[in-house]
Amino acid sequence: MTGLSIENISMRFDLPNGGHVQALKDVSLHLNPGELLSVLGPSGCGKTTLLNIVAGFLAPTEGRIVLNGHAVKGPDAERGMVFQQGALFEWMSVRDNVSFGPRMAGRREADYGKEVDHLLDVVGLRDFKEKAIYELSGGMQQRVALARCLANDPDVILMDEPLGALDALTREKMQGLVLKLWKETGKTIVLITHSVEEALLLGERLLVMAPRPGRIHTEYRLPFADMGVGQDLREVKKHPDFGQKREEILGMIWDMEEEIMGRAEEAGA
Amino acid sequence: MIPLLLYVAIFVAAFFIVRLGARKMTERHDFTSLKTVTFGDESAVRPDRWASVISIVTIFLLWGAFTGSKWVPVHAPGPFIGDTQFTYTAEAPDGARDDATVFIRVFEVGADVTEPEIDPGDGFAKNDVITVGAWRSKLLLFDQNDEITRKDGARIVAIDGQPVEPGGEVITDAGRVAVTSKGSLNYEPPKGMQMEPIWLPPPEAVVARVAEIASEGYQNFTLWEHLGWSLYRVVLGFILGAAVGIPLGYAMGLSDWFRGWFDPIVEFMRPVPPLALIPLVIIWAGIGESGKIILLFLAALWIMTIAARAGVSGVNITKVHAAYSLGASRWQILRHVIIPNSLPEIFTGARVAMGVCWGTVVAAELVAAEKGAGMMIMVASRFQLTDIVIMGIILIGVIGYGIDILFRIAERWLVPWKGRS
Repeated sequence: MTGLSIENISMRFDLPNGGHVQALKDVSLHLNPGELLSVLGPSGCGKTTLLNIVAGFLAPTEGRIVLNGHAVKGPDAERGMVFQQGALFEWMSVRDNVSFGPRMAGRREADYGKEVDHLLDVVGLRDFKEKAIYELSGGMQQRVALARCLANDPDVILMDEPLGALDALTREKMQGLVLKLWKETGKTIVLITHSVEEALLLGERLLVMAPRPGRIHTEYRLPFADMGVGQDLREVKKHPDFGQKREEILGMIWDMEEEIMGRAEEAGA
Repeated sequence: MIPLLLYVAIFVAAFFIVRLGARKMTERHDFTSLKTVTFGDESAVRPDRWASVISIVTIFLLWGAFTGSKWVPVHAPGPFIGDTQFTYTAEAPDGARDDATVFIRVFEVGADVTEPEIDPGDGFAKNDVITVGAWRSKLLLFDQNDEITRKDGARIVAIDGQPVEPGGEVITDAGRVAVTSKGSLNYEPPKGMQMEPIWLPPPEAVVARVAEIASEGYQNFTLWEHLGWSLYRVVLGFILGAAVGIPLGYAMGLSDWFRGWFDPIVEFMRPVPPLALIPLVIIWAGIGESGKIILLFLAALWIMTIAARAGVSGVNITKVHAAYSLGASRWQILRHVIIPNSLPEIFTGARVAMGVCWGTVVAAELVAAEKGAGMMIMVASRFQLTDIVIMGIILIGVIGYGIDILFRIAERWLVPWKGRS
C-alpha cells in the first residue's frame, strides 16, 4: 500500500520521580501520496512527539509507522524535515546547505547542480546562493530550509512549526510558498502548527489533537488549501466557511484548555 | 606612595584635559554615539583611545622619572652626589667638649673617587673625611684620629648642635647620622626619591640589555634561543594535548561508555593546577625537554578535552536531526555537522590552553631548566640583574598577548559564524 500509515501508535515513558507520561494513545491515520495534513492542538497534546516518531527520531512503545509498504526504523532521506529554526548549517553557504542531501548521497555537482539552482530560483534565493546563513533574514532562512528538504526529493515532508518564528507578513508569504511547492511537487506533507488560521489555510486534511493522553480528537477535510493554490490567501480567509470553521476549532481548543485548567485546579485542591 | 599619588593625579588631569580639548577631534557620528544611556549599557562603553595612549605613556614616564632615565625630561629628586659635611661634638671623661667636622664626598657607585684633602683642625677631636656611594651608608669611627678615643671615655653628645644619645639619630642637611649603640657614627646621604637600579633600572638599561642579550646571549643562549625554546615547548605540548584531547572530548560527547570511563578522570584532573604536577613530572621525567613537554601536554589535554566535549554538547539537536533526515551517515554527521559546529568552542578552549601552557612553561623553567625565558629571569634574579628580569617579564607578556591575538585572527577567519547563529 502506498502512502504513509500511522498504525496504533502509543507512547508511554517513565519519569525520574516514579510517575509516567502517556504522551500518545492509539493514534492511527493514513495519508495518501500527495496529501497535505495539518496538525493542531493545545500544547502538550503530543503533536511534536507524533512528528518525531514519524521522522524516526523517537521509537513508539506500541504500533508502527509504515511508508510505502515498509516499516520505519529510524531517520531516513525518504522523510525530510523542516524545523522551526536553527537547523541550517551556519558554516556552509546557502547553496551548500541546499545541496547537502545530494552531496551526502555521493552525487556529483554535475548531477545535482541544475536541480539545486532550480530550487533556489523557486524559493527566490538565486541571488543569495553564495551568502552565509547568518546574513539572511528569518524568512529567507526558512526558504533555504524548504529548498534543502526538497533537494533531497523525499517522499514525505514533515514540518514542525516551520513558520512559527516569522513575523505576520513574512508568514503569509511563506504560506503561499508552501502551497505552491505542495502543488508543484505533489509531495505528501505533514505540518504542525499552533495557528488555527494556518492549519485551515494549509491543511487539505486537518487533525485536531487532544491532550492527556495525546490522541486524535477530530479530523476535517477542508477545501481551503486547494482554493489557496489559485488565489490570494487573503481572499480565502474572507470565505464564510473559513470564518465558521475557525470559530468552531478555536472553541474546541478553548474547551480543551479549560478542561486542563479545571483538572489542574482539582488536583491542586 | 608619591608615585601612586602622581599616577592618580595624572589619571584625573588627563581625563579633564581630554574631555575638554580632544573630544572634538575624535567626535564620532555612528549609532552608538547617539545613545543617551551609556551608564549601564556595556555595549555603549567603548575604550577611549586617548586614555589608552596616555595610560601607557604615563607608566613609562613615571618609570623614567623615578629611575633617573635619560629619556625622560622630568625627574624625581635623585640621590645626593657631591661634597657635604656635618659637625659632631665629642665629650671627654673630664667634661671637656670639642667640635670636629666630618667632610663627606658622596659619589655615584661605580665611579672613581678620591678623598678630599682636609685640615685636621685643633682640639682633642680632629676633623674626619669619608667617601660614600649614593644610596649606601658608611660606618665612621670618628675617634680613629682623635686624641681622646672612645677607649679613653670620649663619647658623642651632639651632631650639628643637636644633642644625641647612643642608639639615636639626627637628620642633618648632609643626611642621616646615627650613633650606634657602641658609640660610633653611621652616615647615610640623602636618597632622594629615585629607585636604585638594583631595584628598578631605568628603561634605557632594560633596552640596552635586550640588545646585549639578543647579540651576546645570557647563560650560553641568546635571547631568541631562550624565548624560542619556551615557545617550542608550548607549541609542541599544546599540539600533543590537542591531538589527544580533542578526539577524547568528541568520544566523550558521542559515547556513553567513553563519557562514563573518562568523566571521573577528567573531572578530577581539571581542577589540579598544572604547576602542582611539576614536582611529579621532574621525579618521573627529569628536568630535560621530555619532562616539560609532558607537563604542557597535561596542561593542554584536559582543557582541550572539555572544550571538545562542550562543543559536541553545544550542537543544536535540530541540526543533527536535520542531517539524519537528509540521509547523512554517522561519519558524515561527525565530519559535516559536529566538527564544524564545535569549532568555536574548540577555539575558545585553545586560547585558554595556550595561555595556561605559556604560564606553565615559564613556571616550569623557573624551577629547573637549562634554557628558556623563565630560566633566564630566574638566574638573573639570583645575581640581582633586575634589568634582565624586567626585560624577561615584558617579553613574556608580549609573547603571551601575541599568541592570543594570533588565535583571535585565526578564529575570525576560520569560524566567522561564531556567535551569529
